Amino acid sequence: MTSEAASRRHAIAVVVDNESGVLSKVIGLFSGRGYNIESLTVCSINASDTVSRITIVTSGDDMTIEQIKAQLARLVPVHGIEDLSRQGEHIEKEMALVKIVAQGVERREALRVANIFGAKVSDTTLSSFVFNLSGSSRKLDAFIALMRSLGEIEIARSGVVALNRGEEVFSHHR
Amino acid sequence: MSPSPLNGAEVVVKALVDQGVEIIFGYPGGAVLPIYDAIFQQNRLRHVLVRHEQGAAHAAEGYARASGKVGVLLVTSGPGATNAVTGLTDALLDSVPIVCITGQVPQHLIGTDAFQECDTTGITRACTKHNYLVRRPEVLARTLHEAFSIARSGRPGPVVVDLPKDVQFARAPYVAPDNIHHRTYRPPSAPCAAAIAQAAEALRVAKKPIIYAGGGVINSGDKASRLLKAFVDTTNFPITLTLMGLGGVPASSKQFLGMLGMHGTFEANLAMHNCDVMLCVGARFDDRITGRLDAFAPNAQKIHIDIDSSSINKIVRADIAICADAGLALKALLQAWQGMAEDKKKTQQKAQQKDLARWWQQIEEWRKRDSLGFRSDKKQIQPQEAICRLAKATRNRPVRITTEVGQHQMWAAQHFPFEKPRRWMTSGGLGTMGYGLPAAIGVQLAYPKELVIDIAGEASILMNIQELSTAVQQRLPVKVFILNNQYMGMIRQWQELLHGGRYAESYSESLPDFVKLAEAYGVKGLRATKPSELDAVIAQMLAHPGPVLADIRVDQHVNCYPMIPSGAAHNEMLLGDEPQAKVSDDGKMLV
Ligand SMILES: Cc1ncc(C[n+]2csc(CCOP(=O)(O)OP(=O)(O)O)c2C)c(N)n1
Ligand SMILES: [Mg+2]
Repeated sequence: MTSEAASRRHAIAVVVDNESGVLSKVIGLFSGRGYNIESLTVCSINASDTVSRITIVTSGDDMTIEQIKAQLARLVPVHGIEDLSRQGEHIEKEMALVKIVAQGVERREALRVANIFGAKVSDTTLSSFVFNLSGSSRKLDAFIALMRSLGEIEIARSGVVALNRGEEVFSHHR
Repeated sequence: MSPSPLNGAEVVVKALVDQGVEIIFGYPGGAVLPIYDAIFQQNRLRHVLVRHEQGAAHAAEGYARASGKVGVLLVTSGPGATNAVTGLTDALLDSVPIVCITGQVPQHLIGTDAFQECDTTGITRACTKHNYLVRRPEVLARTLHEAFSIARSGRPGPVVVDLPKDVQFARAPYVAPDNIHHRTYRPPSAPCAAAIAQAAEALRVAKKPIIYAGGGVINSGDKASRLLKAFVDTTNFPITLTLMGLGGVPASSKQFLGMLGMHGTFEANLAMHNCDVMLCVGARFDDRITGRLDAFAPNAQKIHIDIDSSSINKIVRADIAICADAGLALKALLQAWQGMAEDKKKTQQKAQQKDLARWWQQIEEWRKRDSLGFRSDKKQIQPQEAICRLAKATRNRPVRITTEVGQHQMWAAQHFPFEKPRRWMTSGGLGTMGYGLPAAIGVQLAYPKELVIDIAGEASILMNIQELSTAVQQRLPVKVFILNNQYMGMIRQWQELLHGGRYAESYSESLPDFVKLAEAYGVKGLRATKPSELDAVIAQMLAHPGPVLADIRVDQHVNCYPMIPSGAAHNEMLLGDEPQAKVSDDGKMLV
């Protein structure tokens, strides 16, 4: 559906059976119907490893987002869906590992910047650091941009995980 | 625990029997031989050998659509599975409940590019409602029962169960179909009372209402069609049906405006365009229905009843959304209508009667345009005429029609009247040439005593012609009625409209002699070349107790009208008498 309606970013949590093929059904749905995925994370979330939570960050106008949720709900192994961006206050976090190769002034500056951002040092050699930083995706973007200007970098990002604020518990968790 | 007395293959047969399956369509191969062996050793399940796995899928579809039961096919791994993919996709788009059991290489060979291995669940992910790869014999019976329940419930669709050969050989416990409760799958059924009340109120004050109903009514069961008819009779609202919905109300109902959409009638499309309240029941605002979206029913309040929530607000924003089974929703709506407070009824209904009368007057004006009219010819058989004569000759007996895809399909939809649901089986969503003959075989197996006719085009019929052997082997008296215009007529029509009449590859060159071809298969072949021969050939076809292939040579140059060209709106329909039709550049992009 083409529409001039405003495109908005949504974090959607999908609780699914932890079975082979389920992730490909979810991803295939997005690629097959032309929805975009900005970030996708998945991990099992119960003690018996039978249920996984997928966090998808996508964007679209209201009608597209409704359609994405309806299409996800139609997949047989889906327990439930939560549109966190719709339901109000929620927390989004992402983690990044950032390796920087630098010496002299740049190396010292990298450590200072890391301190300012509250990044932890996970590994070091005389000419490199691996920093570990978590927070909002924007904060990670800013940190990585600074690091890039200080030396050669390699990055690994986890993608976004998100949860509702408050005492309410998404009942599909088992 | 003692080992199960059954192996996986025997569990498959037992599960099918317990699911009420009587007939399966299939084709053997290495990866399903244990199941064939199990079938061989029993006599409750009848196996129908097709001649191509696509035929098995369409036959299962035809069987399912005619009978309302789940259709079943059994194919081998690799090419068996890939050949079935077109039929699975067809069933997905037309919401047909089928279960497809595919063989798979044994599990220790999965992922090694073994002989006839393919990633069946990967390939069929996008063309099934759900699919399974069964990895353990313990879950086999349960998985099969789940597959049936998913295929038939909610919005029906195809389900694939991929069975590695080692699972077929392994001892496997059996569980009966009852007590299978799915962990996550909960299709909607009953409508929300508040939404029904809202819909009834909107309809009560409508001045120019229309009902637009589709395949969801047919799928919901015959009761839904009766309720729809009752609602139409009670309200006297005009109704139009989609290609998938034909038979949803009797074609002879006075409120029926004919089919709508790309090749729909003038009155149906203009009533859609000008209505003020639209009640959509079990249809999905497909592009063949809506035409140009920004000009679709511009002033209408839209009520949408659909069992699939993802169909609601997908293309057209619903003002009132009712996510429910069509039959249950219609029942509730009818009750709400009848129960409307007496006083309200009296004052308001008088006003509505007046508005409605004016609306009908307008519709009758449109009807007078007789948009399906055609001129008979003394020299050449007009394709529409052939359909009308066929309809006339079969008027007094139960008849079920399938079609291939093209002009003949649209002419059949326009000119063959369907009085009941499940009498009309055509490939709507996917538009699969080659659907009609195998589907007719499935229909005939569901209704051995009824007349089953595939209305075909000469190009389409060649896509699954091999299934004539199946008909002969199973002694199925299906009739194939070919409107032979020696063109891929629908393609020629588009080339005329969009590509300056350059008929690239749309001439049916090197056609076989269909009469001889029929005879080679052991089927009766007939031919009509002149209008004067038509009735006799039809009579001969109907009188013959076995399968017949009738080659009806029709006028080569007739086009199918009315037509809403791609990218045009309902009120920009072509009726066939315009000197030079034009299509917008945007429209040319569309299919
Ligand atoms: C499998 C498949 N391939 C291609 C098409 C595109 N197509 C639609 S109609 C048509 C021509 C059909 O010709 P015929 O069966 O002779 O029917 P007619 O239009 O002449 O009645 C074609 C090629 C299709 N629908 N299905
Ligand atoms: Mg033709």
